Amino acid sequence: MDTFLGLDYATWWFLVFGAVISGYAILDGFDLGAGSLHLFLKKEQSRRIAMNAIGPIWDGNEVWLVIGGGALFAGFPVAYAAIFSAFYVPFMVFLVGLIFRAVSIEFRSKEPWPWWRKSWDIVYCVASIVISLSLGLMLGNVVEGLPLDDNQEFAGSWLSFFNPFAILVSITTLALFMMHGAIFLTMKTENRLFVKLHVLANNFIIFFVVSFVITTLYTLLYIPHLSDFFKGHPVYFIIPLLMTLSIANIPRQVKVGKYRYAFISSAVTIALLLIMVALEVFPYLLYSPLRPENSITIYSAASSARTMHILLIMALVGTPLVGLYTSFVFWTFKGKVKLDEMSY
Amino acid sequence: MSPYIRKNNACFAESKVQCGIATLGKVHWWLCHQWGKFKAMDVEILARVQFAFTIGFHYIYPPLSIGLGLMLVILEGLYLRTGDRIYEMAVRFWIRIFALIFGIGVATGIIMEFEFGTNWATYSKYVGDIFGSALAAEGIFAFALESGFLGILIFGWNRVGPRVHFFSTIMVFFGSLFSAVWIVVANSWQQTPAGFHIVGEGLNARAEITDFWAMVFNPSSVDRMLHVWVGAILAGAFMVLSVNAWYILHKKHEEIARPTFKISLIVVTIFSLLQLFIGHRSADGVSRYQPAKLAAMEGHFDSSASADMFILGYVDKKKETTSGLKIPGGLSFLVHGDFKAPIPGLRAFKPEDRPSQVNSVFQFYHLMVAAGVAMIGLSLLGCWLWWRKKLFDYRWLLWVYALSVLLPQLANQAGWFTAEMGRQPWVVYGLLRTSDALSRAVTANQIVFSLVLFTIVYIVLFALFLFLLNRKIQHGPVDYGTKEDIESGARRDNPLLEHEPVGGQ
Repeated sequence: MDTFLGLDYATWWFLVFGAVISGYAILDGFDLGAGSLHLFLKKEQSRRIAMNAIGPIWDGNEVWLVIGGGALFAGFPVAYAAIFSAFYVPFMVFLVGLIFRAVSIEFRSKEPWPWWRKSWDIVYCVASIVISLSLGLMLGNVVEGLPLDDNQEFAGSWLSFFNPFAILVSITTLALFMMHGAIFLTMKTENRLFVKLHVLANNFIIFFVVSFVITTLYTLLYIPHLSDFFKGHPVYFIIPLLMTLSIANIPRQVKVGKYRYAFISSAVTIALLLIMVALEVFPYLLYSPLRPENSITIYSAASSARTMHILLIMALVGTPLVGLYTSFVFWTFKGKVKLDEMSY
Repeated sequence: MSPYIRKNNACFAESKVQCGIATLGKVHWWLCHQWGKFKAMDVEILARVQFAFTIGFHYIYPPLSIGLGLMLVILEGLYLRTGDRIYEMAVRFWIRIFALIFGIGVATGIIMEFEFGTNWATYSKYVGDIFGSALAAEGIFAFALESGFLGILIFGWNRVGPRVHFFSTIMVFFGSLFSAVWIVVANSWQQTPAGFHIVGEGLNARAEITDFWAMVFNPSSVDRMLHVWVGAILAGAFMVLSVNAWYILHKKHEEIARPTFKISLIVVTIFSLLQLFIGHRSADGVSRYQPAKLAAMEGHFDSSASADMFILGYVDKKKETTSGLKIPGGLSFLVHGDFKAPIPGLRAFKPEDRPSQVNSVFQFYHLMVAAGVAMIGLSLLGCWLWWRKKLFDYRWLLWVYALSVLLPQLANQAGWFTAEMGRQPWVVYGLLRTSDALSRAVTANQIVFSLVLFTIVYIVLFALFLFLLNRKIQHGPVDYGTKEDIESGARRDNPLLEHEPVGGQ
């Protein structure tokens, strides 16, 4: 296996894929969260401002999902094939959610009629919640592992996806995104809407902390092998520790009104959560608990060394470019939302 | 109870209610029967129908984005150069239409990226090394560029300077062009595989890259890429042409519609003529690398004979004959420059290696050519009338232009159906059969579920799209006022502001 800077290509690509997924969770996380809490805002004007806060950037955020899908397909085709054919039903629901969400943002402002706008508000909010929940559900099931047959394809029923652990992860994901989104919106709003969002942000912090604690306890009590890695490598306990600090920092910053730091903290929390997941599953991409010999690892799923080489070059060239123009766009739309004639 | 029901439906129930129940029961039985037949269709057909449906629906939008992207660049460039506010109004109107189209294009496009994994797992494993890298390149180099600058294109008019905005417009256009490049490269590799070798056997066989650039520049990718680009530009330019024809017919916004109509007429003339040569090159490639597809396109069976070119016709697959209006030896002439030269016919291929739907391939191909010829005819006619200073004199002709937006859409869809159905029974030409490419973990029930789901969602989506597009077109370009007007507050009556003060609460 070819290596680069001492790490083999498959591990490198696992890191790249992980970084893209974290980028997606952090970026689309706040606009999904903003969508999920949309119906908590009652006034037409508030909803309009909230939607315009994510208006110019949500599309760019969703690109990370497309890049993530491409990265998995290109680097680990076996895992791509197994994961998406296994999650057929939840994934189709997720995709339909994405469609409805995109068109509700696009369509809502196009007519002034109250019933039109209210209907799209509901579609937008429900779609955002469904997307967040199904993302969490799939993540939970990937962490637990799926039954795989000798051809490394899914050999189970989709009803088994709805197990307690996956449902808990799913709710925690929703709570995390709602907190993240509420903090983002406080950064983008003013006056009474801002005050309302400040209160909402505090509520969602409580929602997140409670669901996170329950999920963690459930994992430690009922699925103890999911913490094997940390028991075996005590040095890495620094990561859960950092994460606890980072979570604790969120309400502290919100209280003193430093929303930008609170937002950074919640972004760091998302990244650390995914790093913990990655450390726990590595080197497996999809673990098969009943028949471990059928599991998919980063090595058995990897593309050829030549493709990995090309992909790493693409990532090296492409990432700075994407970073450059993403920051340019964010910089252009920095500050509080100002509605104008081109707004949603 | 009416004797009619009693007689015809053989309903012997005593009361109207019972008779109604019996009829309902029959309807129910019939529906269940149809549903059973639908479910009994095999996974392969269902997966193909689903793919064709979702990609066909998706492909309405990206070509429009590419073509409108070029029109936006032209119009905004003219605005920057001349400072004429007519162009500003036109470009800002089309940006709004562009946003609507782009939104649906993205939403339906994300589905496509994952459908390979959900429905075609074996295929995904087989081609992941190659197809996956093209798809990843599309995401990181093209789609990210396009979506990033889209925010500035749509919302940035008052936020950034005119030059930066123009730059963003160009970047969005380039992004959409690059997207097409990578997607067509991936598809062309399926048509004419190159730069790879096969590793493993049976279910675990997979293609691995040996030469990246040979894979990218496989024998058909350049020709097909140009073909797709030009087809897409025609889709967008004809849309501008058609909307402006409609405005001229209804005497609305004429001061904007007339110059914009002329600009789009120039664009469609250049590109529809260009497409004639590019399309020919593309077909030339098919004759060299996919002879079975070429034979199916013209319904040609006999390898020892010269091949005809049909204007209209019908292929009888059982009798292996094609009848209709034709130019004898026309295809031989196009391929070899000789009306007598023989062309390999379908009989040269084993029945299991021929496209199964020969007549469909034939009809789609001829539909595409007919639409292409109609586009050339319409644009040349327009130019001639313009030269004679009679361009806007014929109302019937303006109606034809107003409907002409359908021609490039028809040609694009028919062209892709020709390309993809003509490649059958292979998903990767000569290497992997479509029937071997499926997800073995997915059942027919699951595909029926998602197919029904997507059908309902897409019908709703399409109805909403047409409704909003129509409203936007009816509404037309808006004069937002000059910068001085806005700053002095003279244009607060702007209808799009909905009488709300700028800046929120």
